[in-house]
Amino acid sequence: MRFSAHLERSRAMLRATDRRPAADSPTVSGPPSNWDYTVDRVFRGLARTATWLVLLLLVAILWEIGSKATVGMAHHGLGVLVSTTWDVGRQQFGVLPHIWGTLYSSLLALAIGGFFGITMAIFLTQDFLPPRIAQVFRTIVELLAAIPSVVYGLWGLFVLVPAMRPVADWMFARLGWIPFFGTTLSGPGLAPASLVLAIMILPTVAAVSQDALRLVPYRVKEAAYGMGATRWEAILKVMLPAASTGIFGALVLGFGRALGETMALAMLIGNSNQITLSLFAPANTLAALLALNFPEAGPREVEVLMYAALVLLAITLVVNLLGEVIMTRSARRLAAR
Amino acid sequence: MKRWLTALVLGLCIISPSSVAQSDDALRLTGSGATFPFPLYAAWFKTFGQKHRGVTVDYQGKGSGAGIQDLINRTVDFAASDAAMTDEQMAKVPGGVQLLPMTAGEIVIGYNLPGNPKALKLPREVYASIFLGKTTKWSDAKLKAANPGVNLPDLDITVVRRADSSGTTFVFTNHLAAVSEEWAKGPGVGTTVNWPKSDKFVASPKNDGVTATVKQTPGAIGYIEYAFAKFAKVEMALLQNKAGQYVAPGGEGGPAALASVQMPPNLRAWVPDPEAPKAYPIATYTWMLFYKSNKDPKKAAALREMVDYCLTEGQKLSVQMGYIPLPDNVVGVVRKAAATIQ
Repeated sequence: MRFSAHLERSRAMLRATDRRPAADSPTVSGPPSNWDYTVDRVFRGLARTATWLVLLLLVAILWEIGSKATVGMAHHGLGVLVSTTWDVGRQQFGVLPHIWGTLYSSLLALAIGGFFGITMAIFLTQDFLPPRIAQVFRTIVELLAAIPSVVYGLWGLFVLVPAMRPVADWMFARLGWIPFFGTTLSGPGLAPASLVLAIMILPTVAAVSQDALRLVPYRVKEAAYGMGATRWEAILKVMLPAASTGIFGALVLGFGRALGETMALAMLIGNSNQITLSLFAPANTLAALLALNFPEAGPREVEVLMYAALVLLAITLVVNLLGEVIMTRSARRLAAR
Repeated sequence: MKRWLTALVLGLCIISPSSVAQSDDALRLTGSGATFPFPLYAAWFKTFGQKHRGVTVDYQGKGSGAGIQDLINRTVDFAASDAAMTDEQMAKVPGGVQLLPMTAGEIVIGYNLPGNPKALKLPREVYASIFLGKTTKWSDAKLKAANPGVNLPDLDITVVRRADSSGTTFVFTNHLAAVSEEWAKGPGVGTTVNWPKSDKFVASPKNDGVTATVKQTPGAIGYIEYAFAKFAKVEMALLQNKAGQYVAPGGEGGPAALASVQMPPNLRAWVPDPEAPKAYPIATYTWMLFYKSNKDPKKAAALREMVDYCLTEGQKLSVQMGYIPLPDNVVGVVRKAAATIQ
């Protein structure tokens, strides 16, 4: 009788402690319960696994491409990098025109997109607009990044190319002696592709440049004004140099994005394996080559495509690393100021 | 937390038996391959699925080469290809492969000229020479001679070709190689070939890409599958066949071209350059590829039923979708051959 009452009480106590799940405990004074520890441990474990999985994924991709590419390298050697013929039937592969086209179109896009991106960043950060309207503009520019690549491609094909044709024909007629305008525009080509690419990298360049400009302490600008500088002198001679490393990083990031862009370019560049300076001539890029040839490639061709993928990966990796290094350095320098 | 878990477990218990039951009585056939007959196949399989409850056919238009790869890797129940299958590829499938021509199509040469002249006539040597990059102006003397009364401008010819590897390119280059010795020795035959390097040669992905580029570029010429050209309203040229006649695509020319070849026992027949006087010069069969020995007899029976449907009801859809129905004698041969799908 007494014993059972005791048992009853201890059971009730147990139930009471059990009913107070530590996870939603309203008090913070109690020590963490076992449940807290478990949740904590499981979460930490999950986070750690996720991190490692991402790294593992990168390694797996590199390994997959690398191991298949080495077969192609062994078969074709470095000749692939300097040959200009891509003939599957005769098993001759060369990606020099693609490397050239990738770099040429990306550099052009960078020149155009970079100029407009930085100008836009200045316009939106240097008090030209009331803050609320500036925010609207910023959102619109960032929306550009949300448009799918294939829509850009279609827009380029159906709107940009017909609009460019009269301009291109006029330039060819008047300035045809300059190698950049040496041909007429035959639909798809470097110029429309680079223009579309420029629009695609604009949000990246604009956003990162804005951050860089905003990182410059306000007192720097005030000091410039205090010394009698005009608004433009303050922007061009003080603000821009102060933010220059960050802006340079923005350009490198934009360049990296341009190098890897695929679908819009596959539709607009003309996919012709030739090396030419003319802006109106068709060209080709590594990314377009990969996207268009993989689905039906035979085993021999896949090796070379993997090789080409590795080349593209190397180019993008170098550019992105460069951008990353420059950005961290700029952030550190500004923080020290 | 606990409530969530119980809900989850309960949910799983409810879902799993029903999903098992579903996959039990529904038979699913998967196929992949050629994009050239994709619109027709999609229509066939949709109506077939409606008439045969419990059988669904999923077909993915990945490209002929990818379809063949899938068949070799045994990831599909059947595949489709415009370039049939080589003996070397067929040897990789234990148990054997049955090739069945299911429909046929024409490849047209579409063009875009100011003033939209209709029914331009292209002599054999001229179109071969255009795609070789030798004839570069629309005002070419031979073109003018073949088209009296048509105002051909002094405009550069922009050649639009396929950027991706494709069965359409294979059939087209196969024909050009039969027409022109220079082509056979130069670019040759293949799903991608080494095209002449010129500023006036541009490439676009897929049939739709070539169609769009031809439509957007004054002075452009390009090869497209007939159905795409028809629905996009691209001007199509009359081509001179081996007998010297100019034949328009989409009419009697296609069946006439197919009738001019004998079906060999392996059902792999090419029509690189038909001789019949009424034949349209660039026509081709397109094949479905089946395993001769399937693991599941139910699947084999469903596949035979599907082939039978495509050969009877399906052929009636072909014409209105822009394809060539199989000649009657070929239908008989194919139906007999389909019995080997076991």
